[in-house]
Parts: sequence; structure tokens; C-alpha cells
Amino acid sequence: MNINTHNTHIVMGFKYHAPTSVAEAVKLLSEYGGDASALAGGTDLIVRMKDGSHRPKHVVNLKRIMGLAEIKETRESIHIGTLTRIRDMEKSELMGKRLPVLQEAARTLGSVQIRNLATLGGNLCNASPCADTAVALLAYDAVAHIAGPKGDRAVPLDSFFKGPGATALERGEILTGVSVPKPAKNTGGRWLRVARASMDIATISLAVTVKLKDGVVEDSRFAWGTVAPTPMRTKEVEAYVRGRRLDHACIEEAARLASRSIKPRESGRSRGPYKRRVAHGFVVEALTSLMEAQR
Amino acid sequence: MRIQLTVNGAKRSFDVESNTLLLNLLRDEMNLTGTKYGCGIGECGACTVLMDGEAVLACMILAVDADGRRVDTIEGLAEGGEPHQIQQAYLDEGAVQCGYCTPGFIMATKALLDENPAPTEAEIREYLNGNLCRCTGYVNIVKAVQRAAQALR
Repeated sequence: MNINTHNTHIVMGFKYHAPTSVAEAVKLLSEYGGDASALAGGTDLIVRMKDGSHRPKHVVNLKRIMGLAEIKETRESIHIGTLTRIRDMEKSELMGKRLPVLQEAARTLGSVQIRNLATLGGNLCNASPCADTAVALLAYDAVAHIAGPKGDRAVPLDSFFKGPGATALERGEILTGVSVPKPAKNTGGRWLRVARASMDIATISLAVTVKLKDGVVEDSRFAWGTVAPTPMRTKEVEAYVRGRRLDHACIEEAARLASRSIKPRESGRSRGPYKRRVAHGFVVEALTSLMEAQR
Repeated sequence: MRIQLTVNGAKRSFDVESNTLLLNLLRDEMNLTGTKYGCGIGECGACTVLMDGEAVLACMILAVDADGRRVDTIEGLAEGGEPHQIQQAYLDEGAVQCGYCTPGFIMATKALLDENPAPTEAEIREYLNGNLCRCTGYVNIVKAVQRAAQALR
């Protein structure tokens, strides 16, 4: 992305489609394949169309499909539709109660203007290694729901991301939403993020959820942004803390493991050695505050 | 493609190309040049307008995608030749220097105060972090928002 490019207009023409059902959208995307782009909030796609780095012949606007912008609670899980705007996640009372780490991540994404447009599905399908909602959802064991020409399927979000900009979606498929198993009552969590300026994309981010019983870790998730080609979990850290009492020695060792387990590149938005130090500090900060919160 | 928009209270109908952006429609077709083009990539907030009352970026929205929506721009704020209280507050606090970012700031301020009539300084700064000013700085802008909030209460 070059800020000096002439980008007041989209220069290339394209055919615009506005399907009103998932089936219709799948049919269009199957037919046009790589010539088509799905449009939701547009905060990434439109930018790339303006600078010419992306030139779809067909744009399939998904926003006219009803029923994909809801946050619903069932007995076992919370379902978030793909067209749910980041701003709606930020304001949702249900989300604040059930998935506070995800809500906090939503709050730190872009500006109000961006969050009023950007959608959950867009943030996930764009598959940026720094996607804030993706990182938080990984810490909640989210499952991605996909509709496609061969029917519906569900994929753990953990295996949804295939690389920068690449997802498990195949030709004609769209992400219809994600569902998150309801966290147990004794689950706490933290969202940590650094960026150069407040609305910049994250230099590094961490979503932690920890299930604690009498000071002992029953289960945990450590999910990271911008430390690898995709949002990733550090399962070594999760395995280490399982069954251990959360005390300073445990926290220090978990932080040391985390800084070794992340896989940052050595170039680009800040370098590996810096990120490893921040990762260490993030784990200390998150776990210490969770330890103190239970007292 | 035929679309219908309510712009600053007036229902209008347009024939647009698929690749026309809302910003292009406002500036090039309607001559509503108060809404500015700044960065084109969603970083600066100069093109902020209200769509159905919410602050959004006109440079990132296809005109066809705004079909049926209500769009409010800086030109729609003043009434009977009198500046809106928010505009007056920006003038009174010296929150305008070159003025290029001002329409975006004022529309974002309108959205903020419609949502939260008595924001704290921290809330103001957070809400306006998607609007950049490169000359006067933010102190007077924050003061202007506080003054406007008081005037509107």
C-alpha cells in the first residue's frame, strides 16, 4: 500500500452483484471463482481496489443477505454472524458478559469510522497475521462456519488461517459466522496489544484465557497476533501452565517459554528480538493480573 | 445503476457506475466539496460523513452500497445561515487552522455527541483518534468538542 498512489477513485470497472441469500452468493462466487471478490465492510477490499493491487471483475456484496449480522446465545455457545460489525461487537452487552477478551480486541481495532463499517467476517477472511478479532477468537476456541457449493462445513479457527491473506475457504465458499463454546464461569482473560499509534494495526498482540480453580490452572489459551504468518497459539505455554499453581515462578517460566515459542519475522513491522521481549512482558502482565484478580 | 439517497435531508436519485465511491458522488456529482479526500486508505478521517447517523468514511464505500441510506455531510449542519453549535465551538476555540480536516472532525464530533452528550476528555480523544489534524494540534479541538457538548445540553 502506497499512500502516494492516486487513490481518489477506483479506476477499474467491475460488475456489481448484491445477492440476498447465502445460496445465491455461493452460486455467484462459484461461477466467477478468482475473478470475484466478496465485499463486506470494504475497509480492506476497497483500499486494494483503489491502489490497483486487486482488480476483481466481479464484486459480490454480501451485506444484503439477511440474518448474518447477529450475535446469538444458545445453551452451549455464542454465535456471531459474519456480517456483524466490529462496532456492534464492541457495544454488545452479551459479548461484554460472555467474551470480554473479544470485546476488548474489537474496541482496539481501527477507528470508530472503520469499526462502523468493518465486519467480523472481513477481519477473519482477510487473514492478516495481526487481525485483532482472530487472535481473541483463537483464545476462545472458536469454530468457523462455512457455506459452499458442496454444502456447509465447520472448521476450527485454528486451522482456518493458512498464511498471510490465505484461508481454508475454497472456490465459492463464504464464511457465514463463528461460534464460540461458552467459557466456564471460572474463566478469566486479558487482551494486550501494542501499536505505534492508537489506531495503528498491532505490532504484537496477545489474547489469554485462563480457567482457574483454587489458584491452579485447569486450562488456558495463549493466542498471538503478528508473531507468525498467521494468528497463532503457543501450545507449549498452555501445556506448561496446565495443572500448575499460578505463582510468580510459574508466570516467569511461562513468559520465558512464550518468548521462545513465538515465530516473528526478523524484518517488517518491528523485529523479532523486540517482539520476544514484549511477549515476555505480556505474559507476565496478563498472568499477574489474573492471579491478583482471583484473590 | 440507479440508487436513491437522502442527502442532508433531501431525497435524491442518481445513476452511478459500480466503481463510483460515495466520496466521488458527493464531491464530483453533487458538488458537496466540504467532505474532503485525505489519504484514501482509511487513516485520516477527512472524508467522514454520517450514514444513518453513524460516522463512516465516504472514501471506502461504494455509492451503490449506500443505496437507500441517509447521508449527512458538513453542508447539512448549518441551519438558516447560522452555523451549527459544533461549528461555532470549533471557531470559538480556534480549533481550525488550514481547515482541511475540520469537516471530518466536525462530523465525527456530531456522531460522538449524538451518542454521548457529555464525554470525558479521554472519551473525546479516543472517539476522534481516526481523525488526523496536521497543523493546529488536538488541544483546541478537544476544547471545541467540550464547548459544543455544553452548548448542546
